[in-house]
Amino acid sequence: MKTIIKTVALAIVLGTAALGVAQAQEVKVGFAAEPYPPFTSPDASGKWVGWEVDFMDAICAEAKLKCVITPVAWDGIIPALTTKKIDMIIGSMSITDERLKTIDFSDKYYNTPTGVIGQKTDKFEATPAGLKGKIIGVQVSTIHQDYATKYFGPGAAEIKEYQTQDEANQDLAAGRVDAVQADSIALDAFLKSDAGKCCDLKGYVKDDPAILGQGVGVGLRKGEADLKTKINAAIKTIRSNGTYEKFSKKYFTFDVYGK
Amino acid sequence: MPSGLELLSLSPPGWGGVMLAGLAASLQLAVGGYLLGLLIGIGGAFGKLYGGPILRDLLEVYTTVIRAVPELVLILLLYYAGTDAVSQLFLLVGLPAVDISGLAAGIFVIGVVQGAYSTEVLRGAIKAVPPGQIEAARAYGMSPLQALRRVTLPAMLPYAIPGLANLWMIATKDTALLAVVGFSELTLVTRQAAGSTKAYMTFFLAAGALYLLVTLVSNIIIALIERHARRGMPRTG
Amino acid sequence: MSEETSILPAYIPPKARSLFEPHRLFLMAVFAVIIFCAAWFMRWDWLPRYGGRLAYGVWQTLVMLFWSSIVGFLLAVPIGLVQVTGPRPLAWLAKGFCSIIRGTPLLLQLWLLYYGLGSVFSQYPELKSSFLWPYLRQAWPYGFVTLMISFAAYEGEVMRGAFAGVPRGELEAARAFGMGRFTMFRRIWLPRAIHRALPTLAGETVLQLKSTPLVATITVIDVYAIISRVRQDTFLTYEPLLLLALIYLCLTGILVAAFRFLESRIPTREA
Repeated sequence: MKTIIKTVALAIVLGTAALGVAQAQEVKVGFAAEPYPPFTSPDASGKWVGWEVDFMDAICAEAKLKCVITPVAWDGIIPALTTKKIDMIIGSMSITDERLKTIDFSDKYYNTPTGVIGQKTDKFEATPAGLKGKIIGVQVSTIHQDYATKYFGPGAAEIKEYQTQDEANQDLAAGRVDAVQADSIALDAFLKSDAGKCCDLKGYVKDDPAILGQGVGVGLRKGEADLKTKINAAIKTIRSNGTYEKFSKKYFTFDVYGK
Repeated sequence: MPSGLELLSLSPPGWGGVMLAGLAASLQLAVGGYLLGLLIGIGGAFGKLYGGPILRDLLEVYTTVIRAVPELVLILLLYYAGTDAVSQLFLLVGLPAVDISGLAAGIFVIGVVQGAYSTEVLRGAIKAVPPGQIEAARAYGMSPLQALRRVTLPAMLPYAIPGLANLWMIATKDTALLAVVGFSELTLVTRQAAGSTKAYMTFFLAAGALYLLVTLVSNIIIALIERHARRGMPRTG
Repeated sequence: MSEETSILPAYIPPKARSLFEPHRLFLMAVFAVIIFCAAWFMRWDWLPRYGGRLAYGVWQTLVMLFWSSIVGFLLAVPIGLVQVTGPRPLAWLAKGFCSIIRGTPLLLQLWLLYYGLGSVFSQYPELKSSFLWPYLRQAWPYGFVTLMISFAAYEGEVMRGAFAGVPRGELEAARAFGMGRFTMFRRIWLPRAIHRALPTLAGETVLQLKSTPLVATITVIDVYAIISRVRQDTFLTYEPLLLLALIYLCLTGILVAAFRFLESRIPTREA
C-alpha cells in the first residue's frame, strides 16, 4: 500500500511540475505546424528552417525580443493568438480587411502574386473559364480559399479544402484534384521538388486586393501597440540596412518584398 | 520507395530522431493525462458515491457530457478554453499573466477527458468491494481516510485494473488527436516528415509500428501488475 | 482464462431519478441562467446563414455512421467466429488484425490510407483510366473504409467473446436435433451470440459516432467540417465549438434512446 501512496504522491509532483509556469518575458511566435517551403518547414533534425525563420531571427534580434517558435495548427492559428497561446503569427499571413476585424497586423514584409498549378498533360488557364468543371484544391482559411470560392466556385466542379498546403499539393500529384491555387512562391517550391514534376504553372490569377490583401504581415493581438511599433521599426531597419536583402538572396533571385 | 530505411535513420537526413522525440512527447502527454485523469477519477468516484446530491448531479453532468461528445471536439474546446480560463483567473486575482506550455495544456485536456471515464471505472470497482470490509475497518476505529487508504483502495484495485488498463490504451491513442491543434506529438511529426519527404507510406507505417510497440509493452506491464494485484484472490473463470 | 478486458468503458446512460427534487430544480435554474448568458452575450448571428449546411453536415455524419457500423458489424461476425472455431492461421490473422487496428490511433490509420495510398496512386498513371478512379479520387471512400475497419476490429473482439460465451449445451442440443453445422450456426449460435453482444453495441456505436469527425481531416464534409468552416469565416473560438458539442450530445442521446428502444423490443432472459 505504501508504494501506491508513493506513486500517487509522485504523480502529483510530476503533474504540478508539468504544469510549471514558463517565463513570461518570451515572445511566442506562432508558426503553422506544417511544411510550407521555402518559408517555414521543419527539417530532419527537428529545427525550423526557411526564409521566414531568417526573417524572424532578423526582426527579433533588431527589436531585442526573445522569440520562441511555437508550432500551431494553421486553421487554429488566429484563436491561438486571441487566447494568448501565441503572441504573434509569422506564417505568410496576408493582411486582409476580414482578418483585421479580429487581429492586428504589422506592416507588410513580403508580397507575391497568386498562382494556379495543374497537371502538365491538362491544358487550361487560371481564369474562371479555364477552371470550369475542375476540382480545385486550396488550403483552408487562406485568401486563396476565399478567392477560389468567389471567382472559380460558381463554375468549378468542387473546391476542396485542405488542412495544409502540402496535402493539397500531394492530392494534385495523386490526381485527386485538377488544380491548386496558392502563393506563387510556395507553388514554385513544390514544382521544383520531385513530387511536383507532374505539374506546371497555369498562370497568375487576376488581382482582387479586397480578398488577396495588401501583402503579408506579422499577425498581432489587437491593443498591443507597443509590440506593433517595435516590429514595424525592426522591419523598416532590416529593409534599409541590407539584412533583408542578404538573407533573401539565399532563397530568391528576385525581390520578394514586392511593390 | 527509394531509400526508405535511410529516411528513418536516427540522425539527419533521417527523420528517426524527430519521430522518437515525437514519441517521447506522446508518452509524456499520455502519462501526464492518465495520472491527472486518475486523480479526477478517484475524487469523482468518491464524490458520486458519498457526496451530497448537488455534487453527485454535477459529476453526473460532467461524466455524461464528456463521454457523449467526440474527443476531438473536447480537445479543441479545452485546448483554447483551458488556457484562456487560467489567464483570465490570474488576471482576476491580480497575478501577472502566465504562459501555459503546450504540454501542460495537452495534459490538462487528456486528463479532463480521461477523468470522466476513470470516475466510472473506479466507481464500479469501489462498489464491488464488499461493504462489510469497509464497515469492519471503520469499526476498528480507522478514520474514513485511513479506511480508504488501507482497505477500500487496495481492495478495489483488482476490480479496477482491467478498466484502468483500457483507459491507458485509450490515453496513448487519444494523444494523436492533439495533432489537430498542432502539438508536436508522434502523429503530427510523422505527417510533417511525410509531407517534407513525400514518403508517406514509409513514415505512417513506421509511426504505426511505434504505437503498436507501446501497446505491446503496455500489455506486458499490465499483465504483471494484474498478477500482483490479484495475489491472494480466488481465480476467476 | 481471465475475464474479458477489452470492453471499452463506453457511454452508460444515467439512471432516471425524479427530476423535481429541490436541489435539481436549483441546479436546473443555474444551468438555465448559464445557457441564457451564453445565448445573450455570445455571438450567434452566423447561425441562420449556416443552418442549411449544418443540417446537411449532420445528415452526412449520420450516413457515415450508419453504413460504416452496419458493414463493420457484418465483418465483425466472421472475425469473431474464426477466432473461436476457425483454422489456426485464419484465427491468428483475425487476432493480428484486431491487435493492429486497436493498437494504433484512428487518425494515423486514416492518414495512412488517404495520403499514403494517394502517394502510391501517383506512381501508377494507368490507374487513372480505370473504372475505379472516379471513386478512388474522392475522399469519402477512404473515410468510410477506415471507420468500417475500426468498427469491425473493436466489435470483432466483442463478437469473439460472444461466440465463445454461448453455452456448449445449447450447441450440443442443436446437434442432437440433427441440425447440420451451418443450420446450427444460423439458427442457434449466431442469434445467441448477437443477443449476447447487443448490450455492448450501443456503446460501440456511440464510440463510432465520436470517431466520425476525424474524417473531416481528409476533406470529407461532415458536421465537424461545416463547423470548422464557420470558425474560419467568423474567427470565433468558442461559439461554433459549443454548438458542435451540443449537436453531438443530442446525437448521442438519440442514439442511446434508439438502442434502448431496440433492446426493449427483444426479449431477454439471460442466465
